[in-house]
Amino acid sequence: MAERLSNREGIKGMANPTRYGIERVAYWLQRLTGLGLLAYLIGHIYETSTIVNGKIAWDKMLEFTQTPQGHIFLTLVIGMCVFHTANGIRVMLGHGGIGVGKPGQPEYPYKAASLNYKQRLCIWVSIALAALAMMYGASVLFGD
Amino acid sequence: MAVVAAPKPSEESNAKTTNQPNTITLRIARSNPSEGQESAFSEFQIPVQKWTTVLEAILYVKQNLDHSVAVRYSCRQASCGSCGMKINGRPALACYTKISELNSNIITVEPMNNFPIIRDLAVDFKQLIANHKKMKPFIIREDSEVTSESKEFIQTPQDLEKFLQFSYCIKCGLCNSACPTMATDTSFIGPQGLAQAYRYVADNRDKGKDDRLKIIDDSHGIWRCHFAGSCSHVCPKGVDPAMAIQLLRGYLLGFKK
Ligand code: HEM
Ligand code: SF4
Ligand code: FES
Repeated sequence: MAERLSNREGIKGMANPTRYGIERVAYWLQRLTGLGLLAYLIGHIYETSTIVNGKIAWDKMLEFTQTPQGHIFLTLVIGMCVFHTANGIRVMLGHGGIGVGKPGQPEYPYKAASLNYKQRLCIWVSIALAALAMMYGASVLFGD
Repeated sequence: MAVVAAPKPSEESNAKTTNQPNTITLRIARSNPSEGQESAFSEFQIPVQKWTTVLEAILYVKQNLDHSVAVRYSCRQASCGSCGMKINGRPALACYTKISELNSNIITVEPMNNFPIIRDLAVDFKQLIANHKKMKPFIIREDSEVTSESKEFIQTPQDLEKFLQFSYCIKCGLCNSACPTMATDTSFIGPQGLAQAYRYVADNRDKGKDDRLKIIDDSHGIWRCHFAGSCSHVCPKGVDPAMAIQLLRGYLLGFKK
């Protein structure tokens, strides 16, 4: 009710990356990969802690990483890791005011200087690096 | 002397056919929350020319089809900041958006997100104005009056450029309605307010930097910005709030003095 009265977009609007250019897609991917990595970290701690239940439980866990599903999962983790790190560096520098353009007289059609080609290039490079790392990772994982 | 030739009859008829009014469907979201009336769309057929703006189409409805549509507007020239709304899913000024540039025969207008609805397309700006005021949007200094002993506050063109674009904000609220943090955080200052904080911090006549940095260094302040850039995507005046916020954060992070 309150949500409707205040007309806030809510989580659905926050997580909709389709309307405001590649920068919003990067924001969305950074969140998604951040949460994905967090989930992976927790899962990873759980997985490695199975060793306290003895060798059999540990080997069972390891077996999962040897299945095709396990390979796909690890490939995704590689991609998330690379994108999150590369884009995270862009975002951290941006947050300090680096690479976000210089104030000046705005000229029609008022293209925002902070949404500049360097930012967009860094986003695309982050995506490309993630894709390359995933391809390499998949080739190693599946190629034995 | 310039000679303006009258169009030949053949050219005139030609012009007529190309300027033939097109008919579009205008869908207006109607609601009246204070009366408990849920949002529903009213549809209207509107004749438009290639220069017709979305605001003109809405005013056509008010003049000819249904005068009860609630919409706020004033200047009709992207100066007053009144007519922000969601047009085909994106926040924009109705007076600054031509129907022809939307490339669609169906135009849907809805009230801006992240602002409470008053009625139909009119939304409540209390929060935006309150946050704007919180940023102390005025020059702060002891000797604010020029006396016979003091000199004018000298500003070079370079000094001016540091804040000029941010002073073009018309408080339309489009940035706040596009912002992903604003979508979920009801207490966030928002890109409009934060950009105004920077506008004064960057002004070399101003001495209120420490005051303002304290105000924005808050759990619902500047740290909630994730530099998604959506504010700058929709700003109709080239203010670029995303840049202002990152430059402002540069001071807090010690990247800048
Ligand atoms: C060197 C590696 C990393 C860098 C450079 C990095 C950088 C960043 C940055 C800059 C943000 C903030 C983005 C924003 O303001 O929207 C962020 C968010 C986040 N990161 Fe990382 N990160 C790294 C590794 C990790 C790891 C290993 C994890 C998981 C365990 C992780 C989990 C998260 C989460 C959950 C968020 C919050 C997402 C959000 O609020 O949008 N990060 N990271
Ligand atoms: S910064 Fe731009 S979008 Fe935001 S209120 Fe000011 S003029 Fe409107
Ligand atoms: S009517 Fe003034 S900005 Fe559109």
